[in-house]
Order: sequence, then C-alpha cells, then structure tokens
Amino acid sequence: MQIPDVKEKWVSRINEVTIGATSEQGGTRSKTITVGGQSTLPFLSFEGESPHKTVIAGYVADTLPNWPDVLKDAIGKEINSPVEWAQKAVEEFGVDLISLRLIGADPAVKDKSPEECSKVVQDVLKAVDVPLIIWGCGDDEKDNHILPECSQAAKGENCLIGSAKETNYMTIVALCKADKHKIISEAPVDINIGKQVNILLQDAGFDLKDVVMFQTTAALGYGFDYVYTILERARIAGLKGDNLMAMPQICDVGGEVWRVKEAVADEDILPGWGKLSKRGPLWEATCAGVYMHAGADILVMAHPEAISIVRKIIEKTE
Amino acid sequence: MALTGMQIYKNLPKTNCKDCGLPTCMAFAMQVAAKQRALSDCPHISEEASESLAEASAPPMKLIKIGIGENSYEIGQETVMFRHEEKFHRRTGIAVRIPSSLSDEEATALVEKINKSAWVRVGDTIKVSFSAVEVDGVDDPGKRAKLVAENSKVPVILIGRDAGKMKSAAETIKHKNPLLYRAESSNIDTMAELSASTKLPLAVGGSNLEELADLTNKAREKGAENLILSFKTDNLGDTLRSLTIARRAALRQRFREFGYPAMTEITAEPLEEETVLGAIYAAKYSAIVLINGSEPWEILPILTTIQDVYTNPQVPNTVEAKLYEIGNVAENSPVMFTTNFSLTYFSVAGEVERSKVPAYICVVDTEGLGVLNAYAGDKISAEKVVKTLQEQKVVEKVKHRKLIIPGLLPIFRAEIEDTSEWEEVIIGPENAREIPAFLQKMAKQ
Repeated sequence: MQIPDVKEKWVSRINEVTIGATSEQGGTRSKTITVGGQSTLPFLSFEGESPHKTVIAGYVADTLPNWPDVLKDAIGKEINSPVEWAQKAVEEFGVDLISLRLIGADPAVKDKSPEECSKVVQDVLKAVDVPLIIWGCGDDEKDNHILPECSQAAKGENCLIGSAKETNYMTIVALCKADKHKIISEAPVDINIGKQVNILLQDAGFDLKDVVMFQTTAALGYGFDYVYTILERARIAGLKGDNLMAMPQICDVGGEVWRVKEAVADEDILPGWGKLSKRGPLWEATCAGVYMHAGADILVMAHPEAISIVRKIIEKTE
Repeated sequence: MALTGMQIYKNLPKTNCKDCGLPTCMAFAMQVAAKQRALSDCPHISEEASESLAEASAPPMKLIKIGIGENSYEIGQETVMFRHEEKFHRRTGIAVRIPSSLSDEEATALVEKINKSAWVRVGDTIKVSFSAVEVDGVDDPGKRAKLVAENSKVPVILIGRDAGKMKSAAETIKHKNPLLYRAESSNIDTMAELSASTKLPLAVGGSNLEELADLTNKAREKGAENLILSFKTDNLGDTLRSLTIARRAALRQRFREFGYPAMTEITAEPLEEETVLGAIYAAKYSAIVLINGSEPWEILPILTTIQDVYTNPQVPNTVEAKLYEIGNVAENSPVMFTTNFSLTYFSVAGEVERSKVPAYICVVDTEGLGVLNAYAGDKISAEKVVKTLQEQKVVEKVKHRKLIIPGLLPIFRAEIEDTSEWEEVIIGPENAREIPAFLQKMAKQ
C-alpha cells in the first residue's frame, strides 16, 4: 500500500562549523572536526541530509573534579594530569576531540593564574593531535583574565572557546576574533536568551557561522525535559530559516551527569537502584543518546564505558 | 479530532427542513461543531454520512487498552510530534521479556522481580508496565501464560509467532486482556482472527512500512480493531524513520492504516546498549519498549527518560511549598529558602546534599517560577518568605536566627531582618552550584 508523503519541507540548513586546524591551515592538529550542515532533523534521511555524525568530546579538566570513585577509577590515575588524561581519552576511549575545562582557575577552587592555565592549554595541545574545546572556569571575572592568555596560547589552532554569555561576550568575541577561534554561546536553559546571546555576538561583529550553541545541559532526571525541548525547538527554528538559531549544538553531558544522586550514590544510599558501577555510566550514556536525537552535535562525555556505548550507537545509526 | 462546521455541513441533506429546530442546515452544522447539538438530532441524515462523520471525528491515533481494571495500561491517542507543540499524553510503558528458556520457577521469579520493579523518584512512582511472556518455545503455552498472568501485577504481553500456541495461551488468559505480540505477513490471517474473536489487542509488524499498512488493513478487515504498530531495531536509523513516518502519517494525514500507537522491540548486545536505545525510542514515539534486561540499573535510566519527556511542558513542575530537611538536620543546621519550581528546588537540594552539610530548605510557593522570574512576576516577596517561614514553624526547629537567601535576591535582606525574627540574613550564592563551597565554609566558621 502506498504510504502518504510526510516529508517536511525545511527551507534552511544548520551551519557547518569546523574545529581544529592542520599544519596546512596554520595549526598542528592531525585532523579537523566538522559538525552541523544538516537539512533535516536527526537521522531523517528520507527528507534531508546529515553530512556529519555527532561527535564525542572527551571531558578533561585541569584540576581533579569532585567526582565519584566509579568515574575516577574508570578513567584511571591519568585523571590527575590533564595531559595524560587527554592522551588516554584520545588513545583509549576513542574520543573525536578534547573538551578542556579550566575549573582550577575558579577563585573558589585553586584560583590558578592565567599563566598556569595557558600552560595547561599548550601542554594538552602538544600531547594530543585532535581539535580542542577550551572552557573557562565559569566565573566571568576570572575567565576574562585567563581566557585571553589561553586563546593566545592556542592561536592558529582554531579551537572552540566557551563560553560567551550575556555578561561576558565582549571579551570572548575580541579574543576569538584576534586568535581566530570559534565561540560557544551559552544560555541558562532559556531559548530566548540563547537567541539573544547570538544577536549580541552578531552585533559585536562575530560571524554566527563560527558559533556553536550551548543551551546549558541538564542531567537526566534534573530538568532534562527542558533541555531536550530547547534542543529540538532550536534545531527546528534553524531548519525553518531562523539564522539566529542555525548553529550546531553542544551538550556537556559528562560535566553535568556526575553531580546527580543517581550517578553518584551506590546502593547503600539508594537501596534497590542497582549497582552504581553499572548505573552511573548508563545515566551518562542514556542522557547523551537521547540528547543526540533531540539535536546535539557535540557530546562532551567522561566515563569510558558511556563513551563506548554511545560511540557504538552513533556508528550504528545511519 | 474536532470537525469544522463546513465538514459537517457537507454531509447533511442541505434541505433546510427545520426538523431539527434550527432554520438552516448550516446553522445546525455550526452547532454540532460547537458540540451544542448531536448529529443524531438531524432525522434525515443518511447512515453513510453519519458513519463517515463518526470516522472523521475519531482521534487520529486510537486509544488501546491492555490488561483490565486497575491492572491495565492505556496507550495511544497522541496528538503531536514534539512535546512542545502540546504534550505527550501517555507515558511509554516498559515491557520486560520472560524468555521461553526459563523454567516455571525461574519465570515466576522473574515475574516477581518485575512486580517489584517500582521506584519513587522526585515524589513520583515509576515502574515496569508489562510482563512480556514468550510462549512459542514452551511445552504448554496455556500453562506458562497462566502462570505469568496469575502472578503478574502488571498487564501481560504474549509473545509468539506460532498462531496455534498463541491461541491456546490467549484462550487461557483472555479475561486478563493481554496484548498479542505479534502478527506478521506469515501469520496475519490467524492472528487477526484470534484478535477479532477474543477482542484482544494485537501488535502488527511488517518488513517495511508499505507492508505494515497492508497488514493493519488486513487485520481490520478480519475484525481486529485494537492494533499496535510494531517495530524492531535491526537498523537503528530505519527504526527512528519508521516511527516518525508512521506517526506523521497518522497525525497529519489521518492515514488510517497507521492510526495506532507504536511499540519497539529492542534487541541489542550488550544490554547496556539496550538501555540507551530503550530511552531513545521511548522519547521518539514508542508507546511500549520491549526489553530483555530486568536489572534496576538497566531500567531506571529508561524510566527516568520517560518520566522527564512525558511531563506536561505547559504546566510548570512544582514541588510542595514546605520545609524540607536535607541530611541529618539539627538545631544548629543552616536554613535557606528557594522557590517551588521543581528544577530550582532539585538543583538546590542536590547541591546541599553534595555539600554533606545537613540543612533546612524552606520552599516558597512561587507558582512554579524560578527565582528571577518569580521576582519579576511578583510571585515572591520578603513578606511571602517570612510568612512561609512562620507557617512552617522554622524557628522551632533551630536555635539560631540566621537565614540564607538566594544570591539573586539580595534586596530582600533588609526587609526580612526588619520584619521577622530572622535577625541575620546571609546572602547566599547566585548559582546553586556554588552552594557546597558556601555551606562548607559557613560550617567551618
């Protein structure tokens, strides 16, 4: 029997954003990563194309995060050195690129200096040859001090730098323009602010084709529905021709999931919820897998088992 | 789906006979559309016209019930492709497979495990919804079906392709209204007849969408009306596309052959992958996901995904406005307040838990708005905070008089200090994430 034609007639495409630069392009990466470019929703190949698969960025921090043992043990002793951690993520966990968080710069953590931070960036760039995402510590004032140094240290490497918010976008725009990096625009689980930040970036003279959106990520069970829907709505808006929402999207799954009870507490605290060594990685993998279907292009992930499960699903879904 | 006045008018005799009491057929049609009159109030309407109108006004996706009474589960009658367009109406149910390779004792034990697969998460019970028993490979299908049906506290799905075995299993437990899983091109005639004669719901699967449409059509011709579209996961992209096309065709084009809820049988090795796929296909249009695993760590991520994605986006998620105790609180524990927007509350509560500093969180009713929105919308004020603290008798719980307020509301400090017994108001962090460091620092002082 003939099935009715239910193809959507999308009028636009999501921007293609390339991260990293090879030696011909003025950098030192062995390959670049391109995301976006879709002309339909995830995997709906009967009505459009998705030229680039979702990529996994390995979560790496300059300072040991406050994480449960199941995660720290799974990553191994390398977690204590951002360089070794990044190497292991690329070589053993098989990530496509590295997402480096400079959490140690936070005045409430270690208050690391801009020089210390840019040294970490340089060392990681030397240690691995995949493209790099660099995030500050989240404290706007401090990030304004450390990110210029880090950006300069990575000049020419075409990194993705995060994150530009309503409060600090001027600094980020200036340094990304000067050192030729891409920008992550961030909004606090609010699609309207998300659009507003993009307008600000555009008004500041930054090309929106060099932007990846970060809608803030919620862990499964903790506002997951809000982020899921914002990812879907933003992607639909982009395909319908809204140039201010036509960016690829990034989700920091690893950075969020390992804070919530379900990924942190074992059966002694949650009796009947199953062993944490299994539940934790699955909390991360499930969160990432479902976000991918809502429109996430870059998944930042931490646990090697979660990475391996999601990798297999990405490879098998065409 | 509601019909317009014009759609109804086209099916009326158009004689303006006034026998219905209204001056014209058009006026009558408008009132029927507004549900002020019933179509049967027209004495001259043809049987054919009334049937076609009844069909057109039926929901584009049928409601299907599995099980009976309190032990039943309804799926279908979904109306949108994306939750933000309205909402998803009925939560996906998880079905756990009871393989035919199990002995009676093992099968009973697994049913017991399924019965106990219920958890309370953020104040809401989430649980496995179906015991899905394989009857193909067992010696006595009727006996196995009965064993499971008698012990299961959730509705039953009978899995089998052999129509003879399915028949003996279905006859034994038909009073429990199990789902028959599943009819395919090889057994559609006998399965559809079985479904028609027993009135049991039937899952139908095809090797592609065109065949599936033929098969549901065939099943309906045989009198099987309660159908479920059944998909498998041999090719993950295809599964998503089939689920999407079937739902679009039903909702947007009223394609009757696909006007039923969908289910997906997950087959993946290892089991970890099954969990992620179960969650993905639950979010993407499967009213039932059939899985092989039964461990809590495999099931809970799927259940939580369902819990989240199937919340109503039009209603803010709220928690009860009251005093919450986090950890082993004592009379010297810190006291703070926040809003009743559940996302705000659970972020704050989660961070307090992480801090390992026991504390009281007093939740103020802001009609489900977060701190800044509540302040902007006049849903929170220093007065309301003080009143809530009084109602919850917080002063009786602690001996100190220090109150931590959200960093986004520093403006409340003076008024609270001046108008209540909370003489020292401390401005807390703006971001929940900074709470652990903040509380630990306070605890040291």
